Amino acid sequence: MDVGIVSYGAFVPRFRITPMEIGRVWGQDGKAMSKGLFINSKSVPSPDEDVITISAQAARGMMRRVDVDPADIGALYVGSESHPYAVKPTGTVVAEAIEASPELCVADLEFACKAGTAGMQMVMGMVGSGMMRYGVAIGADTSQGAPGDALEYSASAGGAALLIGREDIIAKFNGTLSYTTDTPDFWRREGQPYPSHGGRFTGEPAYFKHVGEAARRMMERMGTSPGDYNHLVLHQPNGKFPQRMASMLGFSEEQVSRGLLTPMIGNTYSGAVPLGLAAVLDVAKPGDRILAVAYGSGAGSDAFDITVTEAIKGFNRGAAPTIDAMMENTKELDYATYAKYRGKILMKG
Amino acid sequence: MTVARFWRDIPSRYNLYGSRCASCGKVYFPVRHICPKCRRSSIGKMERHRLSGKGRVHSFSVVHDAPPQLAVLKPYAVAIVEMDEGVKVTGQLVDVEIEEIDIGMGVEAVLRKLGDEGPAGIIHYGFKFSPRFD
Repeated sequence: MDVGIVSYGAFVPRFRITPMEIGRVWGQDGKAMSKGLFINSKSVPSPDEDVITISAQAARGMMRRVDVDPADIGALYVGSESHPYAVKPTGTVVAEAIEASPELCVADLEFACKAGTAGMQMVMGMVGSGMMRYGVAIGADTSQGAPGDALEYSASAGGAALLIGREDIIAKFNGTLSYTTDTPDFWRREGQPYPSHGGRFTGEPAYFKHVGEAARRMMERMGTSPGDYNHLVLHQPNGKFPQRMASMLGFSEEQVSRGLLTPMIGNTYSGAVPLGLAAVLDVAKPGDRILAVAYGSGAGSDAFDITVTEAIKGFNRGAAPTIDAMMENTKELDYATYAKYRGKILMKG
Repeated sequence: MTVARFWRDIPSRYNLYGSRCASCGKVYFPVRHICPKCRRSSIGKMERHRLSGKGRVHSFSVVHDAPPQLAVLKPYAVAIVEMDEGVKVTGQLVDVEIEEIDIGMGVEAVLRKLGDEGPAGIIHYGFKFSPRFD
């Protein structure tokens, strides 16, 4: 029986900061940074938002769009590199928030920016084998870059949740494939507040090699070529990498544009591909084919070949906010407020 | 607040579980074990009832002198929200500018961080209200 996406929900915090404002504080050319990274603004979480609240909001939106009994959800995985607790699962709070507790399997996943898609693959297997009727995979992050570091221009917040099952699927998984090697391009040691990265090493041997290989191998396995897809959703650490990757793979700018959110909201890490998928599903028509490729530093890529089904016609998209709606009603912050909200100011006591 | 005390409130704080009197139909939040209207005849008839999470701002106040945990958010608004079920619930308003808040504006419950027990302590989550989506 086919396994696919039954519903989805997304959430992006409303605060934004621009590269120009960050550059102003650190004596760097923010405009050049913005152009170089193709990031016009990035999302910033409120002090009362974290991966748990973002995941819960996305999962609640996902549940509002369908008439599914939460008790039928057999698994919930949250992939993130900014879980609020080192020990105490994010997923337990999220499961309770959508009333899927207590008879379900929950775990928090970590694989840099691709832990959310790793969760999708796990749930696909569990649902496909008949172990359970539905499973939830969430990718969400409230990532941080060290003040003044290049990462500070991109590291943002957001996430999306996917309900995966076999009945009334709005998009079918035709196949999935992963490409994984030991490539130390980006890491964060236990107890360190900010990640470290290999600068230019994060490009060719890391992002481009893994995303490119996963995409090519996926198409080879499916017997497809770039022209067979309506949308390409790639991991998007900045706006430039996915555009360049798309062109290297033979995809057009039009195919990659709908799922490219980084220019508006920055790099949402584990949220990036799930959010890009949500943006595509917000407008997708029956028969649309999507190639989605996530990337996690360290390093690995998960590729998904997806076809939108007829069921999307009757799908209640309007029951939860679309990605476009989350791009409105935003509020721009100055660097001082951003620093206060992100806990970068040393407070007394 | 102790860990156990907060844990007991999770259904109310995450999903707005209150009570409904099966005798007169009145909805209460937080949970009540006796209906003050029906009194004795409500004993054993108080049902667990989940609020829809949707309501309207009945009144609000802007907090300028905040407790330490919320100092980073000040000034912020706290509202009495009249829920669609008729019961009034107090909560913080989020994702809205203070000058945009009106009495009667539609709001819905969202899950947010309420505070924590210090950097090594438990984090408390619960409802706040944001402008209604639909």
